[in-house]
Amino acid sequence: MQATFEKVRLGNRHLEEGVQALSSVAAAWKKLPWWVEPFTVAGVLIAFGIYSTAVIVFAGGQYEQYISPFFSFTATMDTPAWAPAFITAPMLLLWIPLGFRATCYYYRKAYYRAFFWDPPACQASAQTKEPRSAENYRGERALFVLNNVHRYFLYASFFVIAFLWYEAFRTVFTYDAGVQIAVGSLLWFANIILVSAYTFSCHSFRHLIGGNMNCYSCVKGGGARRKTYNFVSRLNAKHPQWAWYSLFSLLFTDIYLRLIAAGTIQDYVLISFGG
Amino acid sequence: MTENGNSAARAGAAAVADDGPKKTVKLNIFRGTEEDGKEVEYEVELAEGMVVLDAVLKIQAEQEDDLAVRWNCKAAHCGSCSAEINGKPKLLCKSRVEEYEGQEIHVQPLHAFPIIKDLVSDVSWNYEVSKGIKPFTSDEQAPFTMYEEDVERLYEPKKCIECFMCQDVCHVLRTHNKHEEFAGPRFFVRNQWLEMHPMDNQDRLEDVKEKDGVGLCNITKCCTEVCPVGIKITDNSIIPLKERVADEYYDPAKWLMRKIRGRKSMTNREAEAAKNGN
Ligand code: SF4
Ligand code: SF4
Ligand code: FES
Ligand code: FES
Repeated sequence: MQATFEKVRLGNRHLEEGVQALSSVAAAWKKLPWWVEPFTVAGVLIAFGIYSTAVIVFAGGQYEQYISPFFSFTATMDTPAWAPAFITAPMLLLWIPLGFRATCYYYRKAYYRAFFWDPPACQASAQTKEPRSAENYRGERALFVLNNVHRYFLYASFFVIAFLWYEAFRTVFTYDAGVQIAVGSLLWFANIILVSAYTFSCHSFRHLIGGNMNCYSCVKGGGARRKTYNFVSRLNAKHPQWAWYSLFSLLFTDIYLRLIAAGTIQDYVLISFGG
Repeated sequence: MTENGNSAARAGAAAVADDGPKKTVKLNIFRGTEEDGKEVEYEVELAEGMVVLDAVLKIQAEQEDDLAVRWNCKAAHCGSCSAEINGKPKLLCKSRVEEYEGQEIHVQPLHAFPIIKDLVSDVSWNYEVSKGIKPFTSDEQAPFTMYEEDVERLYEPKKCIECFMCQDVCHVLRTHNKHEEFAGPRFFVRNQWLEMHPMDNQDRLEDVKEKDGVGLCNITKCCTEVCPVGIKITDNSIIPLKERVADEYYDPAKWLMRKIRGRKSMTNREAEAAKNGN
């Protein structure tokens, strides 16, 4: 283990050792008792839920050229007159990403395991902890059949993605500071790239783009469909990772906005033209 | 990691100095039947590179000639030797004893099916399910001309060796006993192969939804975790089938389109027919 870490320090050409170190972390993770994973997942999701609720209920969404991804275009909006008092502007947007993630095939796995213990993990001893009685189990046939609406949240997410890209560019082409690249801009771009990777690695997207076909050579443009499908399939193989990375990037981007707004940290401008 | 390194070194040393004390390994093996069975501890001499099946067969040869175990190829190809090691389905012939260094080893039969004796379970339920799946049907005579781009997705489900470990680990069968309503991951792999086959002309989605019960699967991926040939069962078989079932049964826009066009959603078989001028 020690040896592995030292080699990693030697730099890029030892990337392989780096990968090995990572896979030994993964191997170590697998050796942990089965309940570590469901508890960790539940803990992270609950913490994220609490943080984002606090933000959208109590906080603002904009600071200078930065707009929190939790707010997007609602940052400058007033809640419409018809909305009850407890509705804040970002809620008019957030049902989309919330619904998208709540019905996502990967997050479904995560919460069925972490919250419902249905099952909490795969080994025999964990499966006996499943609380539901044999007769009670309906899988995705009863209430959870609603998860089939997932594709509609995907379609709605395309709009959200477009806004987040626009807002990332707006951190570079600002109204009053001219064209500039600051640390924040890098964060905003990293975030939208990860959110896009998550969205376009979606199983429903994979299905839409070519998974629903049985014969690419039979239709015009089938070759392009197949290429896109294969590309999406490669992204899709990492869908769980994109799900987590993008969740954390949303979180960090928002925290960063609040830290620079509070003056706790400085947003360093790396490159700037005019202004 | 350090531990494994040391153990390899120790095993090597033992092999050179063969007058040193022989290394042994203890195995707790399930003995008996469904109604009356318990684990019995055995100790055998450890050989280098030994797999759990070797150890079991050695026990059978030297200590317990009535120990029942099913095996055939000893090369991870036939899928006969599936059992549970420390609560996880494994091919006995592919699991090295060394992997369990520092742990107790418990060997049990597959528990999602009736236990016949010792390490042998009765997996014949799977063959019944298999019979219930509409066979491959085509309007054309084989051999077909097919293009690589249309069949590349079909190699993965074809790798299945029918070890039924995915069936064993699936909580829908194992914990909830839905054998009547649920075909299990192995047969979604099969259904996916048939459903995506460019030459197959059967409509399978109703069966997949109703008879095979794809809705009972909650995509928790235990099947994927155990598949010895690495089929991404959940991502590449079950979810694509769920998406197709959603097209057919849960998508209002698709439903409306079918109503307006007066036919089912455009499949590629139909597209192909159109191309051929029917
Ligand atoms: S993903 Fe579905 S089929 Fe596979 S083990 Fe889980 S519930 Fe069973
Ligand atoms: S899909 Fe994999 S685990 Fe299931 S029977 Fe086939 S080879 Fe075994
Ligand atoms: S499957 Fe995860 S976003 Fe669609
Ligand atoms: S004996 Fe054939 S797979 Fe193990």
